[in-house]
Amino acid sequence: MAQQTQSAVVPPKITFWERFENNRNLLGLFLMLPTAALLVTFLAYPLGLGVWLGLTDTTIGREGVFIGLENYKWLFADSVFWLSVFNTFLYTTVASTIKFGLGLWLALILNQHIPFKSLIRAIILLPWIVPTVLSAVAFWWIYDSQFSIISWSLMKLGFIDQYINFLGEKNNARAAVIIANIWRGVPFVAISLLAGLQTISPILYEAATLDGANKWQQFRHVTLPMLTPIISVVMTFSVLFTFTDFQLIYVLTRGGPINATHLMATLSFQRAIPGGHLGEGAAIAVAMIPFLLAAILFSYFGLQRRAWQQGGGH
Amino acid sequence: MASVTIDSVKKRFGRNEVLHCIDLAIEDSEFVVLVGPSGCGKSTLLRMIAGLEEVTEGQIKINDQVVNNIPPKKRDIAMVFQNYALYPHMKVFDNMAFSLKLQKMSARKIREQVEKSAEILGLTDYLDRYPRQLSGGQRQRVAMGRAIVRSPKVFLFDEPLSNLDAKLRVQMRTEIKTLHFQLSTTSIYVTHDQIEAMTMADRIVVMHDGWIEQVGTPLELYDFPANRFVAGFIGSPAMNFLEGTIVGDSGACAVELADSTRLPLPDSWTVEHGRRVVYGIRPEHLSLAQENGGIGAKVVVVEPTGSETLIISEIAGMKLHAVFRERHSFRQKDTIFLQPTPSKTHLFDAQTGNVIEGNSI
Ligand SMILES: Nc1ncnc2c1ncn2[C@@H]1O[C@H](COP(=O)(O)OP(=O)(O)OP(=O)(O)O)[C@@H](O)[C@H]1O
Ligand SMILES: [Mg+2]
Repeated sequence: MAQQTQSAVVPPKITFWERFENNRNLLGLFLMLPTAALLVTFLAYPLGLGVWLGLTDTTIGREGVFIGLENYKWLFADSVFWLSVFNTFLYTTVASTIKFGLGLWLALILNQHIPFKSLIRAIILLPWIVPTVLSAVAFWWIYDSQFSIISWSLMKLGFIDQYINFLGEKNNARAAVIIANIWRGVPFVAISLLAGLQTISPILYEAATLDGANKWQQFRHVTLPMLTPIISVVMTFSVLFTFTDFQLIYVLTRGGPINATHLMATLSFQRAIPGGHLGEGAAIAVAMIPFLLAAILFSYFGLQRRAWQQGGGH
Repeated sequence: MASVTIDSVKKRFGRNEVLHCIDLAIEDSEFVVLVGPSGCGKSTLLRMIAGLEEVTEGQIKINDQVVNNIPPKKRDIAMVFQNYALYPHMKVFDNMAFSLKLQKMSARKIREQVEKSAEILGLTDYLDRYPRQLSGGQRQRVAMGRAIVRSPKVFLFDEPLSNLDAKLRVQMRTEIKTLHFQLSTTSIYVTHDQIEAMTMADRIVVMHDGWIEQVGTPLELYDFPANRFVAGFIGSPAMNFLEGTIVGDSGACAVELADSTRLPLPDSWTVEHGRRVVYGIRPEHLSLAQENGGIGAKVVVVEPTGSETLIISEIAGMKLHAVFRERHSFRQKDTIFLQPTPSKTHLFDAQTGNVIEGNSI
C-alpha cells in the first residue's frame, strides 16, 4: 500500500535509452537509416547528379558551369531529338501492344490442358533468359544484309529476288528492332499473365457455363475483369522496359539508318559518351522522366485495389 | 418443371470406373438427396446431370429428352456450388443478373426478376455489395439467388452447406426446404451428412463406391435398410452391429455371440441354423432391463447430452451404443442389462452384408 502511494507520487526515472527504446518514431527512424543511406547513395544521388548535369554544359574532361535551361532550349529546336521522341513512342506503343496481345494469347493457350505443358512453358521463357546483347547479336545475323537467313529462305522459296535490306532502310529497320523487342518481351508478359490466369478458380468458369456463357463471354465477363489488376502491373513494367530500351537498338542499329531507330535512351548515350556532351545527354535522359512518371501514375491508378478485391476499401 | 431419368449410367476417368451402372428416376418437383461417404461419386453424378462432365455410358434424360450431348447452357439447369462460386468482381445484383443478361433480357425485366428473387431470399439490402462484403450465409443465399432467378427446370446442389457453421446449417436447411415448397422445382441435393439427407429429402439415394445402395424415403431407409452399409450410414448415433451365429431352428431362433450371449430374434423368424450373421439394433431400440433380464454389458463411457444419455458399453469384445431419454449415472465397468426391442432388430448376412428377411431360410 505504502509502496503504491509512493510510486504514484514520484514518477519513475526514465533514462534516455529507455525512452529511445520505447518510442516507436525515434526507433523507427533509427532503423530506417541504413536503408535510407543506401537509397540516397544509389538512387537519389545519381538521379540528382543527372538532373544537375542536364543544367550544365559539362563535357567529358571539362567541368561544366550552370547554364540553366539552355540544353533544353537547344533540344527543343533539335529535329533529331524530336525524331527520337517520335521513335520512342512508336517503338513503345507498337511493341507493347503486340506484346500484350501475343502474351495474353500465349497465356490463354498455356492455361489449357495441352501435352508437354511444362516443356512448352520452359521454351517460351527462353528468349527472356538469354542475355539481351546475345539475342541482339543473333538478330543482327538474322537481319544481316548478306547472310540473313530470312532473305535466304524467301529467296529459295522464290518470294523475292533480291536480299532484303533489313537494317539499312528506315521503316525496315524500325520494324526489325520492334520485332526483336517483341521476341524478347513476350515471355515476360505471357508468363506473368499465365500466373494471373491460374489464380482464377475453374469453378467460376463452370458457374459461368451453367449461366449460359459461351467461351468468348466467359473470357469477356470472367477472365478479363479478374485479370485487370495483373494486366496493369505487367503492362506498366513492359512499357517501362520498352521505353527505356537501349541494348537491342545499340547492338542492332546504333540508332541508324539516319537516326531512324534512335530512341531517347540511345540518343542520350550517343550525345553524352561518344559525343562527349555530358550535359546535353543528361538533358535528354531527364526529358524521359515526365513520360515515365506518367506511365507510373497510370499504373498507380490501375493498380489501386478494386473494390471487389480482398482487403480493399469500400 | 422436369423429371430427370438416369439410365444405366457409367463414368470412367481414364481406366478408373467411378460410377458403375447408376439407375435412378427422379420425378417432377421431387427433392432428392444423394448421400454417401466421400469419394463415392455423388459430385460426379451431379456434374454429369449438369453437363460439366461427360457421360461414359448410358443415358441421362430430362423430361424424356436425352441430354448426353446437349451443352450445359441448353439444359436449363442451375447449380449451387459448395464454395458458392460467386463472381468476385460483380456485385450481388450482377451476380444474380448475369445469366439473364446473357439471355438478352431487357434491363427492366432483369431488375424485376432479380428483385423478386432477392426478396424471397432476404437479400434486398445486399444487392449493392460485393461477395467479399458478405458473410458465409449471405453468400450462400446469393448463390441460391443466382440459381432461382432464372427459374430453371432443375436445381442441383453440391454440398451447399458444408462451409457454414452448425447453427447456420440448420437454419439454411430449413430455408432451402421452404424454398422448395414455394417453387416446387425438381431438386437434386448432394451431401455426405445423413442428417441433412433425412431432414430435407423426399427421397434419399444412398451411394457407396460408385453404386447405389438403396433408394427410398427417409423413414423407409431408417426402418428397412437393404444392407449393412445403409443401416450403418442412416441414423445417428449409428446402428450397433454384433457378429454372431444363428442357433436354434424354426420358432425360437437367436443369435449367439462369441461369448455365448444369446440375442433373441422375433418369434416368427426362421433363419437357417449355424449361419454367420450380423445382428443390428439401433441405440434407441435398446432398453434397460432388470438384473438378468437382458444382455449383460460392461459400461465403457456415459455421455450425457442433457436431453439424452448415450451409454457405450462392451459385449463380447464389441462396442454397443445405447441411447436413453432418462438420465443414468452408471460408472465405468458397471454391468448393465440391455433389452433389444425384438421387432426393431435387423439381420444381415455376415459375408454379403445384405439384409436377411425374417422368414427366409
Ligand atoms: N476429374 C477427375 N479425374 C479423375 N478422377 C476423378 C475426377 N473427379 C473425380 N474423380 C474420382 O471419382 C471419384 C468420385 O469423386 P466425387 O467427387 O464424385 O466424390 P464425392 O462423392 O463427391 O466425394 P465428396 O463427398 O468428397 O465430395 C473419386 O474417387 C475421385 O477420385
Ligand atoms: Mg463432392
